[in-house]
Amino acid sequence: MLLLAILLIPAAAAGLAYPVPKRGLRLALLVLTSVVHLALVGVLWRTPDATALGGWLVADPLGLIVLTLVSVLFLAASVYAIGLLREESPRGGRLFVSCLLGFLSATSLVSLSHHFALLWVGMESTTLAVAPLIFHRHDRRSLEAVWKYLVLSSVGIAFALLAVFLLATAQPVIPGVRALVLDDIVANGQSLEKSWLRAAYVFALAGFGTKMGLAPLHTWKPDTYGEAPSLVGALMSGALTSCAFLGLARFTEVAVAAGLTDFTRPLLIAFGLISLVIAAAFIIGQADVKRLLAYSSVEHMGLLVLGLGVGGVGVYGAVLHVLNNGIAKGMLFLVVGNLVLATGSSAAADMRGMLKLRPWSAALLFVGLFAVTGSPPFGLFVSEFSIVSGAIRQDHWWVAAAMLALLAIIFVGIGGMFVKIIFGPGTTTTVDDEKATGDSALLLIGPLGLAALVVMLGLYIPTPLQESLARAARLLGGVSP
Amino acid sequence: MNIGKFAELLLLLIVLTDFAVLGSSRLSACIRAIAIQGVLLGVLSLVIDDPRSVHAMVLAAGTVAIKGIILPLFLRWAMRESAVRREVEPAIGYMASLCLGALAVGASFALADRLPVITRIELLVPIAFATLIVGLLVLVTRSKAITQVVGYLILENGVYLFGLTQLSRVPFLVEIGVLLDVFVAVFVMGIVVFHINREFDSISAANLVELRES
Repeated sequence: MLLLAILLIPAAAAGLAYPVPKRGLRLALLVLTSVVHLALVGVLWRTPDATALGGWLVADPLGLIVLTLVSVLFLAASVYAIGLLREESPRGGRLFVSCLLGFLSATSLVSLSHHFALLWVGMESTTLAVAPLIFHRHDRRSLEAVWKYLVLSSVGIAFALLAVFLLATAQPVIPGVRALVLDDIVANGQSLEKSWLRAAYVFALAGFGTKMGLAPLHTWKPDTYGEAPSLVGALMSGALTSCAFLGLARFTEVAVAAGLTDFTRPLLIAFGLISLVIAAAFIIGQADVKRLLAYSSVEHMGLLVLGLGVGGVGVYGAVLHVLNNGIAKGMLFLVVGNLVLATGSSAAADMRGMLKLRPWSAALLFVGLFAVTGSPPFGLFVSEFSIVSGAIRQDHWWVAAAMLALLAIIFVGIGGMFVKIIFGPGTTTTVDDEKATGDSALLLIGPLGLAALVVMLGLYIPTPLQESLARAARLLGGVSP
Repeated sequence: MNIGKFAELLLLLIVLTDFAVLGSSRLSACIRAIAIQGVLLGVLSLVIDDPRSVHAMVLAAGTVAIKGIILPLFLRWAMRESAVRREVEPAIGYMASLCLGALAVGASFALADRLPVITRIELLVPIAFATLIVGLLVLVTRSKAITQVVGYLILENGVYLFGLTQLSRVPFLVEIGVLLDVFVAVFVMGIVVFHINREFDSISAANLVELRES
């Protein structure tokens, strides 16, 4: 019941929000739904491994971690949406709010699905819910961005569907064992036909990898994140990519159960390293803040698959990194959104000396710089450290060395741009002098809360979360520290 | 003619529709080919499983309705709105695309030969792979946004063909979900195509080059 409510309440709210005549009422509905959603997710933490629909929906540790991330990000984003739609709201934000709520329902479905085809349906629905959000401004550039996004992710999602069918093919017919249900597949892992399973894993990696934005399948990402409203960028880089990673992780669970890790791990390491290299290459010298964040997202997706690929503690690090990266990215996109609202541009050259103009946002950007580059005391330091030590303990010395070198380059690239934005000589003019007074509180609550969370995860991980992380890592073929 | 032979005939017709799209410059011909392919897929899903099961019948009806009728009509509407009749300058010529298509079919048969046999209809797996590759080919080499949607539909049909081997194992509700998702995806794409046309006075995706690394 609880699981169904988590899916259906946002879906119902999405339908309800469209005909609502007043913008204020619609936004109230948005925030109310996200509060209820987060509350229900909180209840889920107290009822571990809840199931629904005969085992098609299960709140297992890994799914619950992703679901919690989605829910927290969504609450922050929906409070931000009130402030944003007050500043710029073409067409009253009708479709915008409905699609946001639809996105919440679809991502919840992905997080809770233990049936691979259902997971696919959720994944495809997220793509469709996000498309109108990217096109929010209805201009040429956002049109180009949404087209690239639709074409590339549709191909990715078609590959993912093929992976689902290939997985069904790999599963022998055994009475009493349901096709495509994760728990049944994992319990009979050794009976899977290996050649079909390998094909399934390759297509899953290509398909979900496209949705995650792993290089070289990342080409939609800078354009989409560059043109979409920052709020949408926050949800995509924080929640959507995490859901895509969850899809890949589900296939990895199957591969682990079938004893196929010797085949999957080199693939994952290769994709991870390529993503880090591409991210580093394009972060250095990047001129646009949002595009920089997009390449940073490519970097962190690379770290996630690297963690899965090196095994051991690295897997634990990867699962923790899902949470950390999602929160940090969400926060950074919202903060950058504030700066874009102030200056009317996302080009770094147009933002200088923001500390004077928008002290709160600039301070948060400063915090975000250290959070997203994995410095202590932030959560990303802990998870990246786990991934590196996983690599070292599994005797992937050169992987660890390459990773550290690339992370250092990325730190310099992001730091160089952010420091100029925050402290640079003040030549920036605001779009509108009346707004020069500072940030509105509604635009700050979300990123402030997320910043607090990412600090907390660096210093202290609550026991239930720690246990869930450990269980999730074991299912993915790793160990907890 | 027994059922297996009939299924193989349908599959051969599906390959022909693939080639019709590859070799044609007229958008209306491409859309017609995709409509025929949709109907063939629907009939095929009746033939492959037990034809009397309600499951197969509803799925076949849904496939014919969505892939054979509604989506082609919608694409035709988008084509009329944008007053585009022809694919202008494909990245690869029509003769060359046909040759690549033939190559794709050959490669698919070679690939399917190396995988364990999963269905009594031998042609199903290689033709599924071939259709998938042809879809990708159309998607990558054609510049009009509508033709790219046609390419996506062919790609999706290839995946669907492969899915038919697992027809009895994938639950019915899920199949309907898949079908609906594809429907909405094409619908959303069509709306974007419509906007591209209004914004750029042509639906050439080749115009979409503003966003790039400077």
